[in-house]
Amino acid sequence: MAEEAHGEGGGLVFHPLDQFKISPLFGDGPIAWYTPTNVTLWMGIALLCIIALFVLGTRARDIIPSRVQSVAELMYGFIYKMVEDVTGHEGAKYFPYIFTLFVFILFTNYLGLIPMSFTPTSHIAVTAVLGFGVFIAVTLLGFYKHGTHFLGLFWMTDAPLILRPVIALIEVISYFVRPVSHSIRLAGNIMAGHAVIKVFAGFAAIAAISPVSIAAIVAIYGLEVLVAGIQAYVFTILTCVYLKDALHPGH
Amino acid sequence: MATEEAAGHGAEASGAGMPQLDFSTFPNQIFWLLVTLGVIYFVLTRIALPRIGSVLAERKGTITNDLAAAEELKQKAVDAEKAYQDALTKARAEAGKIVAEAKADIQKDLDIATAKADAQIAARAAESEKTISEIRAGAADAVADVAKETTAALVAALGGSVDAKALAAAVAVRLKG
Repeated sequence: MAEEAHGEGGGLVFHPLDQFKISPLFGDGPIAWYTPTNVTLWMGIALLCIIALFVLGTRARDIIPSRVQSVAELMYGFIYKMVEDVTGHEGAKYFPYIFTLFVFILFTNYLGLIPMSFTPTSHIAVTAVLGFGVFIAVTLLGFYKHGTHFLGLFWMTDAPLILRPVIALIEVISYFVRPVSHSIRLAGNIMAGHAVIKVFAGFAAIAAISPVSIAAIVAIYGLEVLVAGIQAYVFTILTCVYLKDALHPGH
Repeated sequence: MATEEAAGHGAEASGAGMPQLDFSTFPNQIFWLLVTLGVIYFVLTRIALPRIGSVLAERKGTITNDLAAAEELKQKAVDAEKAYQDALTKARAEAGKIVAEAKADIQKDLDIATAKADAQIAARAAESEKTISEIRAGAADAVADVAKETTAALVAALGGSVDAKALAAAVAVRLKG
């Protein structure tokens, strides 16, 4: 068995992180910023799925919706209600941005669950752009809307005066940690799940363990289906919460 | 044993570096991410979201209209039922009136007929009375005549002659007596 593990084909080989490798679609050259890679491919597939669902699926504009149209409407209604509930009525005009984030994360997460596929949201580069994008946009929006009053977010007027600087310091730190946790949460969850599945898949090469291993893969896969949806939801609702802070810094 | 060993190898292999931390691929990922997000945003805001929004609004409008129409129809049905009930009550009242009138008419006819019959009966009775009294009177006259004649005959038989006037007066006195 130990021999097998070192064998080239079908042995016990663990490469749980190979699935995250970025490679050019054509040829094997260096990866420049414009090179079409598997990132491009899977983001493109996600884009096509989004277009299929939200454009082709709603083409008929039926009053009584078809199945596809009702899925699109459900997502629209779900996110719209979330944005409105969390950020209030004036937050509704930011709905398209938040909906864009949501569908992108949702579709890349779920497409990543297809075996042999690639998951852009498992990369910190992608989620950091999303997380910091939200952070910068929300911070600028806060200053644009409220000027220096936006800093009132950190100055708790209802706390005792002595504690206020301490609380302000903690609030500032937590504010700047937001984009980091926001992006690492998503990438970490997706990456960990995929890596664990791959590790269990590696064990499946051992005949004695393979039933357990396959059962574990199925179980974790089920968990990952949940995680894919939940992480898209969590990312979206946190974006709404941050947006609410920018729109109403006075708590 | 083999598993542990293999796991060790796996760890070694992955220890070569996480693809996530390969900074050389970052510009590529970020570029394609921004392109994708841009296209998604464009497609959603230009086509999908307005369309879904209008469909939802339209559906809401249709449902509101339908509910209003249903409410109106319900009101109409209630009105119609009320009108029907009214008509029914009126018809019943009318029928009652007609029955009463008919009864009154019949009663009147009956009264007239009864009165007429009573009158006829009375007339007949009176006639009969008259006939009876006539007969009675006739009988009295006949008795007077017979008495007169008998008296005249008796007087004649006894050999007397009598004046008719005195005879009549004597008989009348006796008859009254």
